[in-house]
Amino acid sequence: MPLLWLFLLILAIAGAAFVLARMRVMAMSGQDRRSLHSLPNYYGSNAAMKSAIPALLVLVIWLIAQPFYVNSVVSGAIPDSDIAETSSRSLVLAEVRRAADGIDLAIATGNLTEDEARNMRADISDVTQRLSDAGAIVTSQITQPILRAAQQFRVLNSTGYQLMSIVVLLIAVAGGLWAFKETRPDFRARNVVEQGVRVLLIAAASIAILTTLGIVLSLVFNTIEFFRLYPASDFFFGTSWAPSFSGRGGSSDLGILPLLWGTFYISIVALIVAVPIGLFSAIYLSEYASPKVRAFAKPMLEVLAGIPTIVYGLFALLTVGPLLVSVFGDDGLGWMQAGTAVMTAGLVMGIMLIPFVSSLSDDIINAVPQAMRDGSYGLGATQSETIRQVVLPAALPGIVGAILLAASRAIGETMIVVLGAGAAARLSLNPFEAMTTVTAKIVSQLTGDSDFASPEALVAFALGMTLFVITLGLNIFALYIVRKYREQYE
Amino acid sequence: MYDIPHPTQETAVTDVKIKAKDVQVYYGDNHAIKDVSVEIENNTVTAFIGPSGCGKSTFLRCLNRMNDTIDICRVEGDILIDGDDIYDKRVDPVQLRAKVGMVFQKPNPFPKSIYDNIAYGPRIHGMARNKAELDDIVERALRRGAIWEEVKDRLQAPGTGLSGGQQQRLCIARAVATEPEVLLMDEPCSALDPIATAQVEELIDELRQNYAVVIVTHSMQQAARVSQKTAFFHLGNLVEYDDTSKIFTNPEDSRTESYITGRIG
Repeated sequence: MPLLWLFLLILAIAGAAFVLARMRVMAMSGQDRRSLHSLPNYYGSNAAMKSAIPALLVLVIWLIAQPFYVNSVVSGAIPDSDIAETSSRSLVLAEVRRAADGIDLAIATGNLTEDEARNMRADISDVTQRLSDAGAIVTSQITQPILRAAQQFRVLNSTGYQLMSIVVLLIAVAGGLWAFKETRPDFRARNVVEQGVRVLLIAAASIAILTTLGIVLSLVFNTIEFFRLYPASDFFFGTSWAPSFSGRGGSSDLGILPLLWGTFYISIVALIVAVPIGLFSAIYLSEYASPKVRAFAKPMLEVLAGIPTIVYGLFALLTVGPLLVSVFGDDGLGWMQAGTAVMTAGLVMGIMLIPFVSSLSDDIINAVPQAMRDGSYGLGATQSETIRQVVLPAALPGIVGAILLAASRAIGETMIVVLGAGAAARLSLNPFEAMTTVTAKIVSQLTGDSDFASPEALVAFALGMTLFVITLGLNIFALYIVRKYREQYE
Repeated sequence: MYDIPHPTQETAVTDVKIKAKDVQVYYGDNHAIKDVSVEIENNTVTAFIGPSGCGKSTFLRCLNRMNDTIDICRVEGDILIDGDDIYDKRVDPVQLRAKVGMVFQKPNPFPKSIYDNIAYGPRIHGMARNKAELDDIVERALRRGAIWEEVKDRLQAPGTGLSGGQQQRLCIARAVATEPEVLLMDEPCSALDPIATAQVEELIDELRQNYAVVIVTHSMQQAARVSQKTAFFHLGNLVEYDDTSKIFTNPEDSRTESYITGRIG
């Protein structure tokens, strides 16, 4: 039975349970609705919940578990002697799966009947021919053990799915019946449904958390794998980044320092651009601007935050880079060789960060109580004295938090540096030279067809891990500061 | 309720410090203050009483042009301090506010140290030439604010860490530090407990020696305790203005009597 049908059937059973439970409790209550503990819909929901949720849960678990079980059974059935020396058990298993898929396809296109597919003594060359006729991807002549394993694979899978359908439907019916039985006017259906809603919310929250955990764990394991192939001290303290592109390992230099330096240099240039402009515009918007100007200017500034970073990257590559070259290049001051440089990426990234700094700072400045300003005006301070000496110091922790959040965004930014900063990893102080960042190198290490098990590819995980730790630290620090600030006025 | 005995004798000099004549205040289209004329005397505590929304706080804020910070607010009529019109074009409201200090309803110390809170005004107005002078000013202000003994050992502690009553006295000391001539207080005790209120009231009575004090209050007992003159506002009108003892014992207007006996407001 196709999955969609099974799913719809479960929903239908749940719907029937809803209607039946509702009818039952209405009939039991007679005319007096007030003798019910809960509204009739709650009894219905309770029944629907109890029939659908356990069934769906079992369905999901079964779908996840069955491939593992089938794989291990089939794998156990292949004798070691049938695995070629150049091959491995997992490769053979992949071949088995391919063959099984091929047989499915051949049956679907009519090149093979179900009986033939199950026939253990089928002629191998004939089967191979028919599979390729059907358009299945078959690498080479199917061998006897592989065909047999593929046949077993198919049988196990199809009985597994049949069993699953039966079990899941039985659970749905049983759950519905159980809920139907307990549906009596004094049953606290409302409370039970409330519990169910809570469990649903917890499940949603845990999916988000578990996914994050999964990402972190995959980073950690791949990083550990990388450090097994490449010494950690060379990675953290190496001053040269020169991966060999052959993918054969050996002579690669994978030192993170030039990349970290590029990241920090570009981020610092970006912050030097973004912090004053963002902060000043926030002060203007929150303290000086009339409501009309504010209503117009604030959304305009926030439009900047909605521009995709690739567009900023294009802007860096096509506009800012050439502009800088015309001033600082060979025709001008002679400091700059090409359009891609720390300065280009930094300036454009700074523009990207302006709305982050300004809108966060604006919120924080607005959160400073009016009583502070009144107190200062009442003492005869001017507006700018009030801002400099009362409002900004009061808002400072929050502003620092905003800047740190902007910094962690700058560090994680990729597209602008890929396009604007060049690809040369070097340790240099000249902001008009091309440099590269951690993120840009993660992109370049994982694109292309390098062997995924080589240190040149795995280094991307170590880089990602380092970046993750740095931005996480910055974010935690920023949140800590912002939170500390909040306590002041509560 | 605490009742502070205070000297009932009138001060010898009763010169007029603030003279308001036919003052009208509009918030947009709303006519908030109508034809208010009042003469506030030096070395006197003048109380403004009246029900909520009667315009007493609005009028108080006209006296140091704090209403200028509200865009839709418009003030007409004359307000003279020492004979000078404070709404004259040549008057800088910032300078005026240094001369007319203000204490607010809720204690609002800046998130700075106690010392910096007090030194804020003097620093802005360049009142001290060096650190020693500034120290002097701070100490004098804290003493006048009757809080010196409590904070002298922790001047560098944050002002926000004090109790509510201490914070309000700190704010009074902060207003006093700029050497104003008039002190405006907008319900200075409404956020304080009875003990802190008693301390602040005692302080207000002492401040009368040096300043003209104008206090807005919702508490009629407080007005009776601390003030020598009382003005009763109702619906934007100044209904009655006279000696406190007269207002509370023998008011002329029936509305005043209704209010102080609790029948309106």
